[in-house]
Amino acid sequence: MKILVCISSVPDTTSRINFIDNETEFDRSGVQYVINPNDEFGLTRAIWLKEKESCEVHVICVGGIDTDPILRKALAIGADQAFRVDTKPMDANQVAKEISDLVKEKEYNLIIAGRESIDYNGGMVPGMIATLINANYVSNCVSLDVDQSNFKAIRETDGGKEEISGSLPLVIGSQKGLVEESDLIIPNMRGIMMSRKKPLTIIQAKFKTHQTKTVKYQKLPPKSEVKLVKPEKINDLIDLLHNEAKVI
Amino acid sequence: MAIIVYLETENGSFKKSALEVSSYGRKLADEKKTNLCGITFNSSDPFKIEKYGVEKLINIKTDHVFDAKIYADLLCKNFRDLGGTIFITGSSADSRFIFPIISILLDASYATNVVEFPSSISPLVLKRSVFTNKAFVFTELKNKHKIIGILNNSFGIFESERKLEVKDYISESLDSNVQVESIKEDGEKISIADAEIVVSGGRGLKGPENWNLVEDLAKTLGAATACSKPVSDMGWRPHSEHVGQTGKPVASNLYIAIGVSGAIQHLAGINASKCKVVINNDPEAPFFKAADYGVVGDAFDVVPKLIEGLKKFKSR
Ligand SMILES: Cc1cc2nc3c(=O)[nH]c(=O)nc-3n(C[C@H](O)[C@H](O)[C@H](O)COP(=O)(O)OP(=O)(O)OC[C@H]3O[C@@H](n4cnc5c(N)ncnc54)[C@H](O)[C@@H]3O)c2cc1C
Repeated sequence: MKILVCISSVPDTTSRINFIDNETEFDRSGVQYVINPNDEFGLTRAIWLKEKESCEVHVICVGGIDTDPILRKALAIGADQAFRVDTKPMDANQVAKEISDLVKEKEYNLIIAGRESIDYNGGMVPGMIATLINANYVSNCVSLDVDQSNFKAIRETDGGKEEISGSLPLVIGSQKGLVEESDLIIPNMRGIMMSRKKPLTIIQAKFKTHQTKTVKYQKLPPKSEVKLVKPEKINDLIDLLHNEAKVI
Repeated sequence: MAIIVYLETENGSFKKSALEVSSYGRKLADEKKTNLCGITFNSSDPFKIEKYGVEKLINIKTDHVFDAKIYADLLCKNFRDLGGTIFITGSSADSRFIFPIISILLDASYATNVVEFPSSISPLVLKRSVFTNKAFVFTELKNKHKIIGILNNSFGIFESERKLEVKDYISESLDSNVQVESIKEDGEKISIADAEIVVSGGRGLKGPENWNLVEDLAKTLGAATACSKPVSDMGWRPHSEHVGQTGKPVASNLYIAIGVSGAIQHLAGINASKCKVVINNDPEAPFFKAADYGVVGDAFDVVPKLIEGLKKFKSR
């Protein structure tokens, strides 16, 4: 079996979010980049599958040369091969088309992409890939079992869960639950050494048209000061929520 | 040229988000001087949407269990038949499952997490929440077909009655590639996604045995219950209650956090909520910087008093 995990390089969750060039570009200075958390849950699940069954795990990132450290980290965690489509992605559609192109060529059986990236939060890439390659698709995937030709997955819905089963190829939108936080693999020295010898192939970008255009960013408006209520005057809080905020 | 809204139902009734999606669609149709049509599945009371400005409604009758691919195909077919150009939907887990598929099938530009009415109609520019509620971006949708996914509670519900025509669409039985079985486990609980009020507990509550505080408060308010990440990691509460950057997003009208410190990853996920209240015994807890109202005090003292006060308020 061949598994492809889509990796997005995103600002660390504690990053300050600023913009430059008249608010049209994200300010990368001083920002630490990490593997998108939802992708990392998926990557860990893929490595587990590899330990259980004989399969190969590849990773792909659509991004510039600055995303190479993230791919090396994925290799150190245990992926066998990495691909980088060399372009600055402008929207989800473009990313999905580039990835689908590699999937068609290499015939992966299982494609894992994070439920959403924590920077642009589009949540579209896995569903778009599934449709482009005509594969089955499970979003918000919190459990996955596969054998050589079939899968059984659990999707988290707004009010509960759903079990979805069918045949491969399959695309999932991965998230926590697929593995736990404590299961995430921290690369060891051997992994890091080996990652340097594993192939990282650069692919020329093919899809250069975009369906959306970023006009401008905007920071959150400054927040007004919190109104404090004394514990012994808790009815004042009820009054404020009813008359001022009008939420109860 | 019509604007089409996807109106989600639950057990045959329109969800609250469907009314909001209709209100948004009505305003956009007025600005564009075009018609507003809706598509829904198995509505048992379709005329309820008349008040919110829909002029024509396709009520798809199917006994198929929810299957994203089949629903996407049916929605696309009816969108085309209605001559749709703009498709508007909410942001439930099911919509987010279906619409990426539809965006490929229709070759449509797609924006999720939209928080406002378009800032420009032509070209169509939408304000979206990005960086997990730490910033906004204005995105232009360029293709002929466009999909707008709006965040719950971001626009509001407005009445604007039009004469409604309802058409049933009986879908032939379709072959599914997958078997879908729903696992009901949350019982009759209110889901975080649909809730107007969410009550959330953090590590400050000391242990799962104290969660009656959160549950009683939620019950008094008709709210959903949620928790911080460590609380679900330690198994005090199910993962489905974990909210924040790596958990479920919250966009409720009121969010009450009890014994939650307000770490940046927690705040990011709940920041889209309109009004935030924090109850914490540490006045330095970062949540006080993000909250609208706060009580510095011991949760075990404050919450029972709050429940008591609310019960009196409700029975007034
Ligand atoms: C990559 C990454 C992703 C993350 N994603 C998320 C996420 O999605 N969601 C999330 O929640 N966290 C997330 N976190 C974790 C986050 O950083 C915090 O560790 C977490 O939110 C803290 O949870 P807490 O507020 O319940 O606990 P604590 O930080 O321990 O806070 C407990 C609070 O309770 C108060 N308290 C104690 N006793 C009482 C009392 N008797 N009465 C009232 N108050 C009391 C304390 O003053 C304290 O402020 C993430 C972290 C990382 C690194």
